[in-house]
Amino acid sequence: MTIEIAIILTPFIMAALIPLFYRRLQRSFIGWVVLVVPVSLFLILTTYIPHIANGKTVSHTFEWIPSFNINFTTYIDGLSLIFSLLITGVGSLVILYSNFYLSMKESLHHFYCYLLLFMGAMLGVVFSDNLMVLYAFWELTSVSSFLLIAFWHHRKASRAGARKSMTITVSGGVAMLVGFLMLYTMSGTFSIREIIADVNQISEHALFIPALVLILLGAFTKSAQFPFHIWLPDAMEAPTPVSAYLHSATMVKAGIYLVARFTPVFGGEMVWFWAVTGVGLMTLFWGSFNAVRQYDLKAILAFSTVSQLGLIMSLLGLGSAAVHLGYSTSSIIYTQATFAALFHLINHSTFKGALFMMVGIVDHEIGTRDIRRLGGLMSILPFTFTIALIGCFSMAGLPPFNGFLSKEMFFAAAVTITELDIFSIENIGIFIPIIAWVASILTFVYCVIIVSKTFFGKIKPDVAEKNPHEAPFGMLISPFVLIGLVITIFFFPNILGEYILRPAMASVYPTFPVAEMTPHIHAWHGFNIELYMTIGVIVLGLLLYRYMKYWIKIYRIFPQYWTLNAMYERIISSSENMSENMTKRYMNGNLMHYFIYIYISFVVIVAGTFLLLEAFTWNPSLDAPVENFELLLIFVMIFASFALLFAKSRITAVLLNGVLGYGIAFFFVIFRAPDLALTQLVVESVTTALYLLCFKYLAELKPEQSSKRVKVSNGLISILVGSTVTLIGLAVINYEKFESISTYFEDSYKLAGGKNIVNTILGDFRAFDTMLEVVVLFIAGLGVYTLIKLKAAKKGDADT
Amino acid sequence: MKINDVILRTVVKGVVFIILTLGVYLFFSGHNAPGGGFIGGLVLGSGIVLLYITYDLETVHRKMPFDFKKVAGLGVLLATGSAIGAIFFDAPFLSQTDAYFTFPVIGEKHLTTVTIFEAGVALTVIGTLVTIILSISEDE
Repeated sequence: MTIEIAIILTPFIMAALIPLFYRRLQRSFIGWVVLVVPVSLFLILTTYIPHIANGKTVSHTFEWIPSFNINFTTYIDGLSLIFSLLITGVGSLVILYSNFYLSMKESLHHFYCYLLLFMGAMLGVVFSDNLMVLYAFWELTSVSSFLLIAFWHHRKASRAGARKSMTITVSGGVAMLVGFLMLYTMSGTFSIREIIADVNQISEHALFIPALVLILLGAFTKSAQFPFHIWLPDAMEAPTPVSAYLHSATMVKAGIYLVARFTPVFGGEMVWFWAVTGVGLMTLFWGSFNAVRQYDLKAILAFSTVSQLGLIMSLLGLGSAAVHLGYSTSSIIYTQATFAALFHLINHSTFKGALFMMVGIVDHEIGTRDIRRLGGLMSILPFTFTIALIGCFSMAGLPPFNGFLSKEMFFAAAVTITELDIFSIENIGIFIPIIAWVASILTFVYCVIIVSKTFFGKIKPDVAEKNPHEAPFGMLISPFVLIGLVITIFFFPNILGEYILRPAMASVYPTFPVAEMTPHIHAWHGFNIELYMTIGVIVLGLLLYRYMKYWIKIYRIFPQYWTLNAMYERIISSSENMSENMTKRYMNGNLMHYFIYIYISFVVIVAGTFLLLEAFTWNPSLDAPVENFELLLIFVMIFASFALLFAKSRITAVLLNGVLGYGIAFFFVIFRAPDLALTQLVVESVTTALYLLCFKYLAELKPEQSSKRVKVSNGLISILVGSTVTLIGLAVINYEKFESISTYFEDSYKLAGGKNIVNTILGDFRAFDTMLEVVVLFIAGLGVYTLIKLKAAKKGDADT
Repeated sequence: MKINDVILRTVVKGVVFIILTLGVYLFFSGHNAPGGGFIGGLVLGSGIVLLYITYDLETVHRKMPFDFKKVAGLGVLLATGSAIGAIFFDAPFLSQTDAYFTFPVIGEKHLTTVTIFEAGVALTVIGTLVTIILSISEDE
């Protein structure tokens, strides 16, 4: 057990412990106990920084299922270190903030349990080198996100939002899984590092592009890229700390992580360049365009997050051009886009986290997040105002905040890329800086909206009546730490670049020399095109804000029917109807029909397989001789089964059924299977007892009223089933297609320490079956119990 | 109408001990002779059901105050627990082991961890069987 595995497991262990100890703790303590986990993990991870900054990586393999190439391999390099620091760092701040934000009456143990579950899963995603392990953790983040969005599950909107996010991210995750399996087919390994190492062998494979597309689907759904972004605004139903943590700082960046991680594999492809850049730019524009018209502060931030994720995504797309070009002194400039992406990733987490916490404070203190009901809060919430101002300025890309630096680098990268003449950039490449610029203007507009509509103007009378006041000190610590970082990073960006970003660049471009890819970040680099673009953003943004009421009408042009959300609703409801209709068609409650389905499929599948494989053989010479008393027994059983068909009362039927059961038990005795005989006898007795108990509930046995045709077809099916079983019984004696496994069991005493083969099979050789059967039996028992007890509980309205 | 079931009650008093003893015997004789967790559990369960049928629910419940749902749950936990336990000894999931031990008085005995697994199976069978029959018979 190494320290890296321990890092991943600690949140899970804590999550498992919470339900055990939370009753003994004072409610207000749970959060503080939980806080220990991310803080200590963060501190442990910071000790890795010098090691990783020296260009080293840490890896450890725990053999999990080696026969399927699935190993629990942890791998820490620059890229995973950035994400893990964000996960634990922002996680600590968010938990600290939640301690003050959440009321003590909430079910805090659930909240922190899910949050820790998420933290562990997310750490697992970024530390896993094995694709299958990564996938498992990836889906676990979706599940924990689902649980956290639906935390206030009494609200319909929460449940709907949770379901939407789950549906979209898990569908993408499954697509990604298929992509991973394709990668495995091509390369024969699940290890990302090994795939990267022999990328040249697989890039010509026919499955390469399909795998690329499927993996991108997973990344785009998770990172809320257009058109899958619709789940993110609805996920805002979660408590605000969750939105700050999962839906802006960490989980939605898992897609970005995946794209960055796979850039060395797929980065050289044109499809990758245009898909990542194009979708990113579209998301950037669409997110900022929609953020402007929102009234809910959290909805503005949600669309803004969508847009910023698009920005980072498009930067990664631009950066992939360098992979295609290969290393040369002229191509090194294109790696700067990726550098900007990683830099903005960190910056975004700082300012967006602070802004979400700011909105949480406003909601907490004022009781609303609707900008139409807010205003003039500057004098009431001065500290919160400071947070909002700095956060928004950074997001809008103004100095002296870190957003300015990364936004300038984004503009620079968008302008530089137009000089390339690969991937037909020379034709449409000019749109890249234009879209980037327009989206930045809109970003500026909604930043101004957040600050001015909330904090400037007059206080609304109903807000003033409540006599609100500034948030408690504890709630302000976390956002202030974050905006402190916003300013610090602006003044000392190169420390971050040197120690955190440079090793991550080495992960994205393994073949490039690391030293040349780390630019010296300057706040001031003369009057160049980036600076003019920023000035243009400010001027045009202010103008647009001033004259908003004239152009806001364009949002109404688009018909409601064709919005993405309406389409999503239609797909969901129509698939619900379809599955309901299908289910109703075969689940009609008629036992006879169920038997027909079961037996027909049995005959078709089993007899069909035997016929196809020509396995039905007939060789009576191998059969054992039939004794007289066996014939007698067979005659009794045949008689009983025929009599069963004509039984007039249930008790006769039960008794005749018993004759059949005991007859089989006799055969077991004759063929020397005492275990089976004993089991059969006891089962028969218990079944009879059950029958006796059920008798009073069963209706009088009526003569069958079905038509002749139904009777004939039923008879035909029974004869088919009977003959299939008989023929299989006769055929297996002569079956020679593959070796019999019975020799394996003959060594039972040596292998399993038991002389009774039946028992060693049950308890040892096939113990997995037995274990699961036990579980199934238990579930079935609980099912019977609940069905009966539930019916008893609501007696009267249950008519079944 | 009061059913005259003196004969049944008298017979059951004797028979139940035979059945239960047989169940325990079958449970322990497994592995080397016919028997084992499943059949042992089934026999024990049917013995308990016989008790419930002969005497009324309250009487049996007073003498045997088990919640059979919990018995079944305990069984599942034992079976899966013994399977997981192997992992901590660096052996694959579900590995079992056995050894010979010499005890005072009873002498040398063959002990196996599979017995724990089988006990889980037996308890699940008993619990589920009795739960199903009880819940059907309790239903009005």
